[in-house]
This record gives sequence, C-alpha cells and structure tokens, in this order.
Amino acid sequence: MPLELLNIEGLWVRYNAAEVLRQISFRVAAGDYVGIVGPNGSGKSTLIKAALGLVGGERGNIALFGTPLASFTEWRRIGYLPQRLRFFNPNFPATVEEIVGLGLLAGKQLPRKLTREDRQAVEKTLEFMGITDLRKRIIGELSGGQQQRVLLARSIVGGPELLILDEPTTALDPETRDKFYTLLRDLNRDNGTTVILVTHDTSSIGTYASRFIYVDKEIIFNGTFDDFCHSTEMTNLFGEYAQHLICHRH
Amino acid sequence: MAIAEILSYGFIQRALIAGTLIAVLCSVLGVFLVLRRLSLIGDGLAHVTFGSVAVSLIMGINPVYVTVAAIPLVMLSSLGILKLTEKARIYGDAAIGIVSSLGIACGILLASVAGGFNVDLFSYLFGNILAVGDSDMIIAAVLFVVVMLAIAFFYRDLFAITFDEDLAKCSGIRTAAINTVLVLMTSLTVVLAMKVVGIMLISALLILPAVTALQIARSFKTTIIASCCFATISVTIGIFGSFVLNLPTGGFIVIVNFIFFILAYTWKYARKAKG
Repeated sequence: MPLELLNIEGLWVRYNAAEVLRQISFRVAAGDYVGIVGPNGSGKSTLIKAALGLVGGERGNIALFGTPLASFTEWRRIGYLPQRLRFFNPNFPATVEEIVGLGLLAGKQLPRKLTREDRQAVEKTLEFMGITDLRKRIIGELSGGQQQRVLLARSIVGGPELLILDEPTTALDPETRDKFYTLLRDLNRDNGTTVILVTHDTSSIGTYASRFIYVDKEIIFNGTFDDFCHSTEMTNLFGEYAQHLICHRH
Repeated sequence: MAIAEILSYGFIQRALIAGTLIAVLCSVLGVFLVLRRLSLIGDGLAHVTFGSVAVSLIMGINPVYVTVAAIPLVMLSSLGILKLTEKARIYGDAAIGIVSSLGIACGILLASVAGGFNVDLFSYLFGNILAVGDSDMIIAAVLFVVVMLAIAFFYRDLFAITFDEDLAKCSGIRTAAINTVLVLMTSLTVVLAMKVVGIMLISALLILPAVTALQIARSFKTTIIASCCFATISVTIGIFGSFVLNLPTGGFIVIVNFIFFILAYTWKYARKAKG
C-alpha cells in the first residue's frame, strides 16, 4: 500500500458565521498528482491552508505523512507555494538566492546555518528553474512570472516529497504557464514528487493531473479526469457544452 | 575645536561608545520592524517607557538604575501588544496605540500624584547622551551583547517571518515564538535608546536608518549592514555636531539621519532615471 502523504477526514472550516468548507475527506498517496479545482470562493485555498495548519478547522482530522497535523514536525518533506504572499512587499530587499535559501530552513536546528551543500542545492535549483542569471536580483524587481519561478524554486530546493501549490499560474502568461505545468509534471514523473495543485484552470490541469478533485465548499467530484469527463454530476454542473470543451482539449 | 580635543573628554568617549552600541541595535531591529510594518512599535514602547520610568521613580529606585527598572514593564507591554494583535484580533497599529497611550497616561498621572520627582521625569522625553555614566555604559554593553546574540541566533527565522509568515510556518518555524523574541528585543533596545535620543525620538532611530538602507541595498544582508552604518555615522556626527554647536544631541542625531535618508532617496531615483 503506497504511503499516505495527506489524509483529511471530515474537515469543516468556518470563518465567523460563514461556512467555508464542510465534510471534506480525501487522501493523497505518494506519487499522486492531484488537481484541486473549483470556482472562485469555493474554499480551495482554505482547504490547502487548513491542510498545512495555516487555518484552523472547526472539526475533522488532518494527518501529514501519517502524523496528526498538531504533532507534525517534518516540514522539510513538504514544499508549499502560496497563491500570493500574505504581506508581500515589492521593496523587500532580498535577492533571489536569499529567498531560495529560505526553502532549506525546515528541518535544520537553530541557528539554521546554511552549509556549503545547501548553497550548492540552491545553485542547482536555480539552474533547474532556469533563473541562475537572476540570482543577485532583488525579488521585487522581477516580473510576476519570474517571482513565481523563484518561489517555486524556494519550495522545491529542499527536495520535498509533497509539493503543494496554490494557484501558481495566476501571474503567468500562457506560454510560461505551460512550461510551469510541464516542469511540475517532470518533478512528479522523474523525481516522484507528489503534487497537489490548486487551480481554477480546469482544462489545463486535466492534461497533467492523475486525479481531479472538484470542490465547492464540499467535494463534488473526486476521481480521474476521464471519470470527470464522463460524470453526470459534472455534466449537471458545467452543462454538456462546457464539459465537452474542457474534456475535448485532451 | 580639534577632534582629538573633543575625544579627550570622558563624557564624549562614553557617549560615543554607548551611542554606537545602541545605534547598531536600533538599526538592525529596525530593518525587521520596518519590513514587518511594525515601525511604530518603537514609538509605542517608548511611551510605555515613560510610564515605567514614572513607576520606577515613584518606587524610589535610584535614578541610575531607572533604565534597568523600566525593562520588565516595557517587556510586558510589548507582549501585551502582541497578544492584543493575535488574540483580540486588533490591528497592530491600534494595539500599539492602546498600549502607548496607556503608558503615557500612567506616566502623567503618577507624575501628578507624586507632585514632581527629584529627577525630572520630562528629561527622559528628550534624552541626553552626553550625560551617560559608567553604569549606563555597562548596562548598554550587556544588553547589546544579549540582543545581538539573540539576533544572530534567530537571524534566519527572523528573515523568514519577515519575508512571509505563512511560508515560515510551513518551514517549521515557530512564528509566535519568533515574534515574541522580536518584540522583547525591541523593548530592551527602546529602553536603552531612551538615553540617546529620548522617548520622543526613539522611533526615528529605529525607522530612519532602516528606511535609508532600503533605498540603496542590494540584498537582505547588505540592508542590515547599511542600516548599521547609517545609524552609527549619524550618532557619531550627532554627538560631535551637537557638542560643537551646543545643540540638543537627540534632535541633531535625528536630523543627520533624515539628511542621509534624503540623500539615499535622491540617489536611488537619480540612478533609476539614468536607467
């Protein structure tokens, strides 16, 4: 039985009086490439934040790598790329190299000094992401697409087993977006990295993800993309024409 | 008056040593505070220091140790600001405002109830670095070592939470603990800085060197180094300048800092315009 990297059971999340997520249950096994899709305001990002403990759930159980979230400490096994940085300051004076190095702090003991091997890992990741020439640039000076690559580099530099990305392609042009998806596919296929990708780009994700979860405050669909294309629930949700358009591309 | 002659005065030597130590502390912490949009915490805690000094004086504590005696109350207040922000979901600036006005109100009430103090409470408002004694210098040196060791130890965690708190959490960093460390170090520094520029101008020493460094820096590390340089040079010029021109040192230091900021800002835009 493959290792379970994420297990969510009966999760409910509420912001004040508003119910954001209800009765969410699903599992992600090692090697999966899961696309989480849904309309705006459907609770996709909240779901990811709850899975990482950034948002408290009202009820339910979450386990990462078989360990309950509250006692989970092996953060080096997880890479996370948020939709946008909460307090991103365009004048933040850190270089690309410094930002990517932050991805290596998990699992290190205080004072979390970076070793020569760590610096080599940063170097290799910059090269892998094709951003070596940006290493000395200040992050705020870069375009949205470049910043996104830097943040992805930060999330993969430690070689995580589970990579969680929240709407990573929002700031990207179509060409860069396709490259980005290909890069994630390569990480999943060649490195065995488990990927959870939150997006509202329903049609593109079908090409890459092995599993497809449609969320709208609760899980509406959880299965393969092919199943999705033949699902009557989805036909009811999108309409026959839209479903055909989404599925036709593949 | 020759520089060598000025330097021969003991009070100038003490002022330069204590001033440099405090300038370095303020400028390093200032970078984290400014980037975390907590710049005004220095101002708030300075106001609390005013109240704490009044409490110390009313308790009859020797004026030499008033600074040290103020530390616990200021530290507690800094934790109060954090708790108000985290638990009561009050915005940071509002939490600072609440604690700050409470500090000032207590100071004024205590001063009134006591009917005035032997040591003029209001002298703390504007500071007097030229009056720094040996004991002040020792206190400054000890606190400098404590705060700098803490910054060095938690440097990467501080950098990570300054960049993004959620990402830091997902790296296993205990962000609440690091925030606590940051505000506690700030409170120690604010109490110390009271001697240099006075309560009214402490936030300038925390904010101006950091903001100036942000105009020119090319990495996080160089921002911190540049901030230290601007702060120490400002304090040095301020001490010499105010002595020669017979002007208040605190105000002079802040004006020099401001001139540096204007120069750095102009340089940045001139460079941008050149392409």
